[in-house]
Amino acid sequence: MDRLDELEAQSIFIFREAFARMKNIALLWSLGKDSNVMIWLARKAFFGRVPFPVMHVDTGKKFAEMYEFRIRYAKEWALDLIVENCPPIDSVDPTLPPAARSAARKTEGLKSALVKHGFDGLITGIRRDEEPTRAKERVFSPRGAEGLWDVRDQPPEFWNHFNASPPPGAHLRIHPILHWTEIDIWAYTRRENIPIIPLYLSRNGKRYRSLGDADITFPVASNARSIDEIIDELHDTKVPERSGRAMDHESEDAFERLRTAGYL
Amino acid sequence: MNVLVNPELLPVADQRPLVRIVIVGHVDHGKSTLIGRLLYETGSLPDGKLEHLKAVSARRGMPFEWSFLLDALQTERDQGITIDTSQIRFRTASRDFVLIDAPGHVEFLRNMITGAAQADAAVLMIDATEGVREQTRRHGYLLHLLGVRQVAVVVNKMDRTGYSAARFNEIAEEIDAYLTGLGLKPAAIIPVSAREGDGVALKSASLAWYDGPPVVQALDQFSPAAPLQNLPLRLPVQAVYKFDDRRIIAGRIESGEIGVGDEITVMPGNKIARIRSIENWPVPHEGKTVTVANAGRSVGITLDRELFVQRGEIIARALAPVPATRRLRARVFWLHPTPLVPNTTITLRLGTSEARGQVSAIVNTLDPGALQSGISHAIPQNHIGEIDIELAKPLAADRSTENPATGRFALEIDGRIGGGGLILDLLDQRRDQNEIRGSDSTVPRALQQQADALAALLADLPPVDRLKLLRDQIEGRIVFTTSFGIEDQAILEMIVRNDIDIDVVTLDTGRLFPETYNLWAQTESHFGKRIRALYPRHDALEALVEKQGINGFYASREARLACCFVRKVEPLNRALAGATGWITGLRADQSANRADMALLTADASYRLLKLNPIFDWSREQVAAFTASQGVPVNPLHERNFASIGCAPCTRALRPGEPERAGRWWWEEATKKECGLHGR
Repeated sequence: MDRLDELEAQSIFIFREAFARMKNIALLWSLGKDSNVMIWLARKAFFGRVPFPVMHVDTGKKFAEMYEFRIRYAKEWALDLIVENCPPIDSVDPTLPPAARSAARKTEGLKSALVKHGFDGLITGIRRDEEPTRAKERVFSPRGAEGLWDVRDQPPEFWNHFNASPPPGAHLRIHPILHWTEIDIWAYTRRENIPIIPLYLSRNGKRYRSLGDADITFPVASNARSIDEIIDELHDTKVPERSGRAMDHESEDAFERLRTAGYL
Repeated sequence: MNVLVNPELLPVADQRPLVRIVIVGHVDHGKSTLIGRLLYETGSLPDGKLEHLKAVSARRGMPFEWSFLLDALQTERDQGITIDTSQIRFRTASRDFVLIDAPGHVEFLRNMITGAAQADAAVLMIDATEGVREQTRRHGYLLHLLGVRQVAVVVNKMDRTGYSAARFNEIAEEIDAYLTGLGLKPAAIIPVSAREGDGVALKSASLAWYDGPPVVQALDQFSPAAPLQNLPLRLPVQAVYKFDDRRIIAGRIESGEIGVGDEITVMPGNKIARIRSIENWPVPHEGKTVTVANAGRSVGITLDRELFVQRGEIIARALAPVPATRRLRARVFWLHPTPLVPNTTITLRLGTSEARGQVSAIVNTLDPGALQSGISHAIPQNHIGEIDIELAKPLAADRSTENPATGRFALEIDGRIGGGGLILDLLDQRRDQNEIRGSDSTVPRALQQQADALAALLADLPPVDRLKLLRDQIEGRIVFTTSFGIEDQAILEMIVRNDIDIDVVTLDTGRLFPETYNLWAQTESHFGKRIRALYPRHDALEALVEKQGINGFYASREARLACCFVRKVEPLNRALAGATGWITGLRADQSANRADMALLTADASYRLLKLNPIFDWSREQVAAFTASQGVPVNPLHERNFASIGCAPCTRALRPGEPERAGRWWWEEATKKECGLHGR
């Protein structure tokens, strides 16, 4: 087994644990590279089908290429797709910096979707290497009734024994690719031939490393026009992956506040 | 400055070995500082990160600390301690690393355990000015329990001791003795100053007296924990999927490997089948079908017959099944605020199985920090202890020394993980690893009542009357299994001379002594009676010898039990099929294990009454009886062979040895059973 085989085996194991132990789960599909790898891994785990709903919490501000991708692959992959919209900006905590406030719409959209569908578990594509607060996550991570993450009171998790019983009113976030890196995602996408949104590839000396809302996500300087070139570029870069995501950088703790309040 | 990473030498990114390292130790001994320094020295910091944190420190009016790099959460910066395990990546010439920082504060032990349990190797930090402290010992002990096998010790803050070799040697000696005592010999003990950078990436002039590797070089020697490819197959079932016309059993291979056509058993139910296919998506192209899968893989298989298989069962090879047990002894670490006391109701999670149970006894407790052990009736939070657990249903499990993956478990209390442990022993393991009949270890009530009533009647009778009375009292076939030992010859004499209707059979393993075969023939002519023999299944025997070789049973206890199973236990199962009674020549004083056996028992797995009629005789009584009746006995007894089994596995006793010491003499003394009588 090489490194990608090991990552894949662990992710499949986590998917199967979530499906076996939770009653009502959904996979959050952001249409980005990580969540497309997740859908691929779910299809591997369940022999070609995703046996639970796939939910896109839509801010309405994604890139056109992302919506095209959603229409095409929801059909091609036979996904049970749920699209939930987010509330207007006025309903979001006005003390947050502007971009973070805009991103927090997604948190609100997520909260109402949880209530509407009664999910007890949400599968999300966060990775420990993306950002320091995500490094502290558990694979099965409990969220309080308000979706809050209590980083100080996380249950122990060892030897692949996960805490799968959320307290009443709470839900779990399940993180099947928590242990992957950005390079792993691309190397696996290449090996498995997983489709991607072309915005990730360089056009006019720029490409997107991470995709979010069109108005608060910016491309990075890059000449990587293929996945091979992306991998070479990442191997030498010291620029953080989320550097193009404005909401992380407005203040020292902006992203941490977003996450504690229930952001992914 | 980047002296360590030369991009020309780097192997392809996704093919480099990934080593997960946990950094543990007492609070404030400098773990986060070392990590910050390592990232800097290996050129792994994101652009601008160091400058950003220096600016943040200046804004807050605090001096810059290397640990800020890790302690990214605001709460941590406020308190100056690490709360949870962060994961940070860096690379050296040969490897990629994930550094897991684990909190030193005792109240965050659950987080330290979460971090360390994922690690391939560990770095244990010690402050040179403070030396070995409570958490140092506690973390060392937990590394050992969690199964981390590679450890380096870093003695930090050497600058504050004036780089004193004497101080370093004092600490090195103490920690080396402690860890080695746990079976965790440190790969290196390294003096450093993380703050100043001495001994981290390069040798330092201040530490010229130290001739070992710096930290980075020591880390570069660590390897990823390998999957357990060389242990017997263990495939815990995660789920059975019926999305289409296939019934796919899904799970991850924790140890060993599978191949299409392999004969497997699903434990604890002991349901036998063959693997028909290994399923994959995307479906492989024509001619590329997968026929084998190794340890570590998440797989899906189909079987050649419809078995009822469910989540929590473990698939093993039919020749090497997983033991099933309802009682076990374990060493546990306890993290829940409420102390663990006898009669606590727990849920035990092992592999994918889940069983309700109770703590039946607390054997001992240990505070690994204070190094105080004792007899206590409660294991407090963050302490270690040995406990006995009684489960509500049989569970497939291994001793942790035999298989780490299926020999460890988590304990859940009120729906939340409260501790974990390693299985030291399976206390009611029936027929050892070789049980073939039903997994239900509960004795039917009617059978138990019958046994209790009869045992009272038989207790004061001489052996021959015990045999007669049993024959009169129960319906159906009674089987006597003889191996022509002196006890068996005595019982045979009683049965034949009194014409008791008992079916006499022997199990010919094919590996008996020539003396035994001669005695067999001599016995038939002496009594004028043919003795029916049962033989191993030729296909199973051929497969066994193919797999382990003709004398493969010496290689391991596992291999030996596999041999006993094919040659002896499986034929016994056929001999006893449908019987209501079973006569054996066991005696109480033969070995420690057999002392637990009784004159008459209700045998749970065969669902029959088992009578040991000369249970309470001494060896001298048996010898006197056979001599007085002129019964032929095995000449090997005169040559100090006491209990005679297969030739390769039986030797003569040395003076003073207990009677069964001559059987499987290379194995542990108290558990010498082939699986016929072991419980």
